[in-house]
Amino acid sequence: MNNDYRARNHPAWWAFLMHRLSGLALSLFLPFHFWALGNALQGEARMDALLKWTEQPLLKFAEIMLVLLLAAHLTGGLRLLALEFLPWRGWQKSLLAWAAGAAFAVGLAFALAL
Amino acid sequence: MNMLQVSVWRGGASGGYRIYEVPRQESQSVLDVVTYIQRHIDPTLSYRFACRVGMCGACAMTVNGVARWTCRTHVSKVVKGNAIQIAPLANLPVIKDLVTDMRGFFDKWARARGQFVSGSGTTRKDDFARVASDSPERVAANAGIECIGCGVCYASCDVVSWNPDYLGPAALNRAWTLVNDVRDGARRERLAAVAGDAGCHACHTHLACSERCPKDIEPTASIAGLKRAVARAALKGEL
Repeated sequence: MNNDYRARNHPAWWAFLMHRLSGLALSLFLPFHFWALGNALQGEARMDALLKWTEQPLLKFAEIMLVLLLAAHLTGGLRLLALEFLPWRGWQKSLLAWAAGAAFAVGLAFALAL
Repeated sequence: MNMLQVSVWRGGASGGYRIYEVPRQESQSVLDVVTYIQRHIDPTLSYRFACRVGMCGACAMTVNGVARWTCRTHVSKVVKGNAIQIAPLANLPVIKDLVTDMRGFFDKWARARGQFVSGSGTTRKDDFARVASDSPERVAANAGIECIGCGVCYASCDVVSWNPDYLGPAALNRAWTLVNDVRDGARRERLAAVAGDAGCHACHTHLACSERCPKDIEPTASIAGLKRAVARAALKGEL
């Protein structure tokens, strides 16, 4: 009998899932990122056209989500490094809250262009 | 009378849940419920318990999907409406009903070199070794030493489900307490035993073991300690 899905309902497991999904989503985005940058090789006009295309509201929203994913993956990774390399006991949950809070703050700062 | 609808796993690896009606009582533990079923409804139900007071760890089962000591779990804490689901511990072969075969679990303690090996060749006839209670090693060992081997962490660990060879939180926690035992003489062998694919490096830091341990031990901290100790030993060329 394998582990029941209900056993996974605790903050650290959700943090793991967030870290894994954000990592997968970012790695899926990476080829598009390189493709977009590669457009600069085709000349200034083509790059500018692409950048103008990304000004659409839906793409702006996607960009904010992307920054949020990046921040979540970064803070989640820092949390893991802290767990692995620092002596610790009992403060994992506050670390989770800090990681989630920092990721949200970065996303919000980007969305509001602070 | 207020009745509980208790669905209990019956059978071995293949089997199914059977529903029993059990009278609800005040201050009732989940172990009381299982005992009621066996003594008053169906004497063929198999389950395991010994002390009934959270000392032995024998009564660990999966209650509403979560591994727990049934003797220390009040019905009021887990009941949903008036329903409870009781299953054997996950990640262990089911012998019958709520009884699992824990041999694999304890074999992994042996594989993780969970036995103390005297480093100085002293015997019981020699004087006590003196270890300062506030030394960092003693403090680290103390944090994990209260494990009674109930298997709740092992049953809660996703990595054990994914990789059945994984030593698991309890065996690794035991190894960590011995790595911090300054009298122990098998440090190198032990670190070699817990390194590798099925050892401490397989841990995904889900913290499920730390979340579920009824003794509030944090095996994740022990496993992180082992990772650091193994890395240090490898850098020094000891492994």
